[in-house]
Amino acid sequence: MSSWFDYTINGLVVGNIYALLAVGLALIFGVSHLINFAQGSVYSVGAYVGLVCITYLNTPLPLTIAIVLASCGLLGILIERIGLRPLQGRTRIAPLLATIGISLVLDQIVQLVFSAQPRALPSQVPDWRFVIGGGSIGALDLLIAAIGLASAAVLFAFLRFTKLGWAVRATAQDREAAQQMGVDVDRVDSAVFAIASALGGLSGLLVGMYYNNISPAMSFQATLKGIVAQVIGGVGNVPGAIFGSLFLGLTESYGIALFGTSYRNLFAFVILILVLISWPNGLFGGRRSLPPEPLTGTFIAPSRPVLLPFWLVVALVATGLLLPVVVTSPYVIQTLSNAWLYGMLALSLTLVAGTAGQISLGHAALLAIGGYASALLALDLGLSVLVAIPLAGLITGLIGTLLVYPAFGLRGHYVAIATLGIGEIVSLVILNWESLTRGPIGITGIPPLAIGKHDFYSAPAVYWLTFAVLVGLALLQRRLLRSPLGRTLRAIRDDDVAARTYGINPNRYKGLAFAFSGFVAGVSGAITAHLYSYINFETFTSQISVLALTMAILGGLGNVFGAIAAAIALVGLPEIFRVASDYRMLIYGLALLLLIRFRPQGLFGTV
Amino acid sequence: MTTLLDVSALVRRFGGITAVNKIDLAVTAGEFVSIIGPNGAGKTTLFNLISGLDRPDSGTVQFAGETVTGLAPDHIAARGLARTFQHGRVFANLTVRENVLIGAHTRQRAARWPALPIGAALEFVAALIRPTWMRDEQELLDQEVRDILGIFGDRLLPRIDDPAHSLSYANRRRVEIARALALKPKLLLLDEPTAGMNQTETAEMKALIGELKRRGQTILLIEHKLDLVMQLSDRVVVMDDGIKIAEGPPQVVRHDPAVIEAYLGHPTLGAAEKVVAAEAS
Ligand SMILES: Nc1ncnc2c1ncn2[C@@H]1O[C@H](COP(=O)(O)OP(=O)(O)OP(=O)(O)O)[C@@H](O)[C@H]1O
Ligand SMILES: [Mg+2]
Repeated sequence: MSSWFDYTINGLVVGNIYALLAVGLALIFGVSHLINFAQGSVYSVGAYVGLVCITYLNTPLPLTIAIVLASCGLLGILIERIGLRPLQGRTRIAPLLATIGISLVLDQIVQLVFSAQPRALPSQVPDWRFVIGGGSIGALDLLIAAIGLASAAVLFAFLRFTKLGWAVRATAQDREAAQQMGVDVDRVDSAVFAIASALGGLSGLLVGMYYNNISPAMSFQATLKGIVAQVIGGVGNVPGAIFGSLFLGLTESYGIALFGTSYRNLFAFVILILVLISWPNGLFGGRRSLPPEPLTGTFIAPSRPVLLPFWLVVALVATGLLLPVVVTSPYVIQTLSNAWLYGMLALSLTLVAGTAGQISLGHAALLAIGGYASALLALDLGLSVLVAIPLAGLITGLIGTLLVYPAFGLRGHYVAIATLGIGEIVSLVILNWESLTRGPIGITGIPPLAIGKHDFYSAPAVYWLTFAVLVGLALLQRRLLRSPLGRTLRAIRDDDVAARTYGINPNRYKGLAFAFSGFVAGVSGAITAHLYSYINFETFTSQISVLALTMAILGGLGNVFGAIAAAIALVGLPEIFRVASDYRMLIYGLALLLLIRFRPQGLFGTV
Repeated sequence: MTTLLDVSALVRRFGGITAVNKIDLAVTAGEFVSIIGPNGAGKTTLFNLISGLDRPDSGTVQFAGETVTGLAPDHIAARGLARTFQHGRVFANLTVRENVLIGAHTRQRAARWPALPIGAALEFVAALIRPTWMRDEQELLDQEVRDILGIFGDRLLPRIDDPAHSLSYANRRRVEIARALALKPKLLLLDEPTAGMNQTETAEMKALIGELKRRGQTILLIEHKLDLVMQLSDRVVVMDDGIKIAEGPPQVVRHDPAVIEAYLGHPTLGAAEKVVAAEAS
């Protein structure tokens, strides 16, 4: 591809594919005020169903499309029926977290069945190209355009002319009123999930044929792109989602033309953040207020925390300290050191998500900032590791707060989306800022942990260091929670309107929460970097962010001890029992789903 | 007599409807003013505009000698205005004690340090170090919380360490009022404090509000239960469709033909309206 014409065609085609994803997201948000993080997984399931049809069953294209539509539609109905309907009437964050769990489970099943290796998805469309002016259009381009238009037309007709379509529109306008008027909203939910998933699956199939390449990893990016497109057009707005998708597709395509491929996603996320902050109702919405509030009032399951008696805390700390003396297996000790590092991450997230109520889905970025900061301070400035680590913590606290600061005005689901986007931006900046971060190569030769001239190589030494840092940070955080400041943070979480009415400036306290949280995560990332001696932009993946959230929920939101216990349970135990890593993500996803369904307050209760 | 609250020509539109339409309202220190009106008259919207949760399309709000129009709610609270919410907004996971302490948020020394990063950082450090003055302050506030809860007899004191979500509906409404009192407000806005309460609870609430009035608390009250309004108010303001249709002493307003018309002419006749109709006839 070379000409602007080609870039335009490519942008429109990609935009069409995004539109199939985003329209579904918009429909779902419309009727149930839910951002469906499993949309990308359905999309990747669609691609793999297509793969089975094309390569094993040799079905003709129309039949392939029909099978993908039917199976993904069915999957959507199952997701709604099994995963989400039981959560009706629960705190508003529950279904959002459930879709994250569902997406982990689906992605992992796909990966277990088809392996993580990318596969070729042969296009069933002849490779004709029509030359027009300076560029050309392929038959597949035309097919995708036709499918996009046809889907839009069918959807429009459905919403406009069928009884179920009217019910969908009525539910989107006012769910309660529709229910009182006799609309079966459960059926509407089912229908909307079926349509959204069928279109999402179709999108996956088309994308696979377009790039002749599919992999389980495509799911996450697809969810993100769908969300970005939807936010641009205004969440819940179906025509807006189509416009947002084409806009996003074109921007990406022209962006690639001007700056190169590695910037592609950066545009999407920068646009996301800009739109969220400046036009929270989408480019077509008014500017005056935020969209209908998906999360007002308490969104955290009410519960009483389990209080640990003082002697038990002392006993646990003593046990932790003595463990390397008793347990001689270096493998176990290393694993536990790793769990302590994750424990710091869980502490950090449980403070912002649990105590302050700001669900962050980009927490791995804080690890990355901490890791890079410490590595660069030690390598480029020659600071000793002992100085570099806390300094990296401070830097992470500062940068983390500044990055999220523009999004402080957002609430509920929008915070989750914004932090997700910011997390992606951080990792893309790390990838592209070669002069500072060494780009895709990563940083090698990071000096090991050391005190003075003594390097920390032995497993027990690392263990004691990480354990001591963890306990120190946990005690600090506990002290914070019990201070007037902790009370203020929890008030903001429970009801930020009431909090503001009583003189609390939420930004000030969100800033403090993110700063401390950034410090804690930054220290964890820094220690990790010195332990690994090599990090790159993929060391701290977005899966770690989801894992951190699972830990925070498992332990009980805001619960300091719970966060640490959850880190042992989710990182330590699977490692000690040598669960294969493919199954581990599956376990995390299932754990998240079961928790939300049966024990939303976590093991030790919300603080 | 100083004018504490001075609202002039306040307007707030939502799409096609004008929820608050050129409302003028003045409250002097020590006064007890009630706002009544049928459902959807714009009373709560007016409270939202005064307390800063919503911004007016036009008009001004002056509070304690300052123009506070469009100011953020936390700034208005810091100037001494407290309000309760019609549907109740307690902090569900905080205990009764903590809920009331949040009411005293603006009176804490560390929280008043300016919102610059420095002030916030110092507040953070103070929270971790917990110096003596902070502990003393918290102890004083804690005593104050007990005193405030004492006003409600043994409704709340025995439950002081229970999380608010475990309280009965009426008790949650009481916690709201306790929280508002902890701010030591110059002006207290109460939005239907007896909504959803039974007769005994309503009588208790009436006695309590009467007691606050006797202590000299300036109060602006929204209420549908008219006997309460008529007995306690120095002045009554009647709103309908966003417009102020009458204002004056309770006895005068009660017999105002416009008021009776507004209540009778409204499609949804509630308990309150029937009282007016009955009293008027
Ligand atoms: N955020 C909003 N968006 C759109 N319309 C609103 C909004 N808030 C209030 N309204 C409308 O403004 C009008 C006044 O509402 P408001 O809640 O102020 O009435 P009220 O006098 O407090 O009624 P009630 O006695 O039922 O509490 C109503 O028609 C209401 O539907
Ligand atoms: Mg009201």
